[in-house]
Amino acid sequence: MSATLKSAAFRAEREASWRELEALVLRLEKGGTRALAPHELARLPALYRAALSSLSVARAISLDRNVLEYLESLSGRAYLAVYGTRRRLREALGDFFVRRFPRAVRAHAWHVAIAASLMALGSVTGFALTASDAERFYAFVDPMYAQGRGPASSTASLREVLYGGKDAAGMLKTFAMFLFQHNARIGLMAFAVGFAGAVPAALLLFSNGLVMGAFGALYTGRGLGVDFFGWMLPHGVTELTAVALCGAAGMALGQALLFPGREERLAGLARRGREAGVVALGAVALFFVAALIEGIFRQLVHAVPVRYAVALGSAGVLFAYLATSGREKP
Amino acid sequence: MTLRVREIVTPEGVPVRFAVALAGDRLGAFVLDLLAIAAIVLVVVVPLGLLAASGLLPGDLVVAGAVLAVFLVRTFYFAFFELAWQGQTPGKRRLHLRAIEARGGPLTAEAIIARNLTRELELFLPVAALFAPEAIFGGAPAWSRLAATAWMLVLGFLPLFNRDRLRVGDLVAGTVVVRTPDAVLLEDLAATRAREALAFTEEQLDVYGVYELQTLEDVLRRRGRAGHEEAVRTVAAKVREKIRWTGGAAADEPFLEAFYAALRARLEKRLLFGRRRADKHDRG
Repeated sequence: MSATLKSAAFRAEREASWRELEALVLRLEKGGTRALAPHELARLPALYRAALSSLSVARAISLDRNVLEYLESLSGRAYLAVYGTRRRLREALGDFFVRRFPRAVRAHAWHVAIAASLMALGSVTGFALTASDAERFYAFVDPMYAQGRGPASSTASLREVLYGGKDAAGMLKTFAMFLFQHNARIGLMAFAVGFAGAVPAALLLFSNGLVMGAFGALYTGRGLGVDFFGWMLPHGVTELTAVALCGAAGMALGQALLFPGREERLAGLARRGREAGVVALGAVALFFVAALIEGIFRQLVHAVPVRYAVALGSAGVLFAYLATSGREKP
Repeated sequence: MTLRVREIVTPEGVPVRFAVALAGDRLGAFVLDLLAIAAIVLVVVVPLGLLAASGLLPGDLVVAGAVLAVFLVRTFYFAFFELAWQGQTPGKRRLHLRAIEARGGPLTAEAIIARNLTRELELFLPVAALFAPEAIFGGAPAWSRLAATAWMLVLGFLPLFNRDRLRVGDLVAGTVVVRTPDAVLLEDLAATRAREALAFTEEQLDVYGVYELQTLEDVLRRRGRAGHEEAVRTVAAKVREKIRWTGGAAADEPFLEAFYAALRARLEKRLLFGRRRADKHDRG
């Protein structure tokens, strides 16, 4: 009587293709796409679709729980194998920097503009407040970050930081790496805290501006304004862009959460979160470039005009890259 | 133990079910990954330190290299493995977990990046707030510290507050972590084991529904394990009583196998006509 069972006949008919798919998926899970020969890879999608159709049929006609669970599991595994990411890391990196990152930045142009203005607002505030009362410097700048610089330092010592000699170069190499990982982490934090409704990201941008403004006022007050900006801008252009990008990404997250628009809130968050994540990751790379400029170039070149030229040049390159790279040809 | 099931509709339009990973498994995988990160850092930093100590490399270069290496490992460990292993890290692989796209598309690189860039917020911030509050709050008043810490902990423990165990990174990237499916295809009981052709009447078969059928399947599939015979004897007695069995005195196990095959045939036939009988209470 068992031969008359439709579900048993159905299983007998298809079992071979399930087993074949299972073996392929197992090898794929263990060894990646290289584990399969080209003709086996070509079979995979067909077998996968056959398994899905078996699953649909089994749900309709079979009450054999083991078969249902097996097909469910096999379809799941095959689905992950067929639709998982399968790009080579190197290709993905190239694609990321040539296309995805600049595109994502352009898609967030408004957020970047707002982030930059927040920082600018912070620096103007910090500058004005510190210029009118030098003691406020301490309120804005963390002593660890100030490295002993402050209203109490002598002009000569302040100057020495800007033109640190060859002896200091070694220490500064380390310091540059320290700064890189510190800045990159702050940047990633600015992105992540955007999840909490964008306000913390905006606050972080503004307080970052305050610190810069306070330093600017300190140096300008000693007649070192030109030297200070010559010291800061060569790497600062890249670094501040990166900070603005991270903040913009964070605000985009917060915006998606607070103002979902017509989309379902979580769906919108997921979509915009991915784009914003691309911006934040690209910003980490910019932080690294900034650290290289800071650690190597700045120790070698002390001529103020050259420093300004490099700052201008890096701003031009950065702008051209972010504005044009990866644009579709018309 | 019932697992929460998440249905993913594949691009082909067929819903496939995945079991959402348990919070404990997630934590276990995460701890394993943290250990792996610590091991990688040691492997990188110790030889560098030895090189510096032996004077082969200048000290400042070594420190710079170590700082960079620690940062890279710490920030990109998860993203690197999830990109290379399609949603798995060593810890996840060990515990049979996997990150997948929550809506059924392919797991993109963007999603992997986004879901792993939020770890600073979820782990570092709450940990720092608990163990080194001065570094974060500076001179903030106590009530605001308390509020901020509570808030950070909520973000960190977010997976415990929703059924799909989504952490902030999962929400931001639209992913969900599931158990990797691993069911094995066993023999078809009706086709291979039901040898004895016992005749059951329709009334006898209409006593039970799908739930009882599949429970019976479980019992029969436990052959060879402890307590199997005991279970078969009890169930067979119960079934005989329930269906008022008056036929021949078959042995317990062949009787149940024959009953299973007959019941499945009956229920599947009804299923073909669109009548699914969920369990014995279902009179629909």
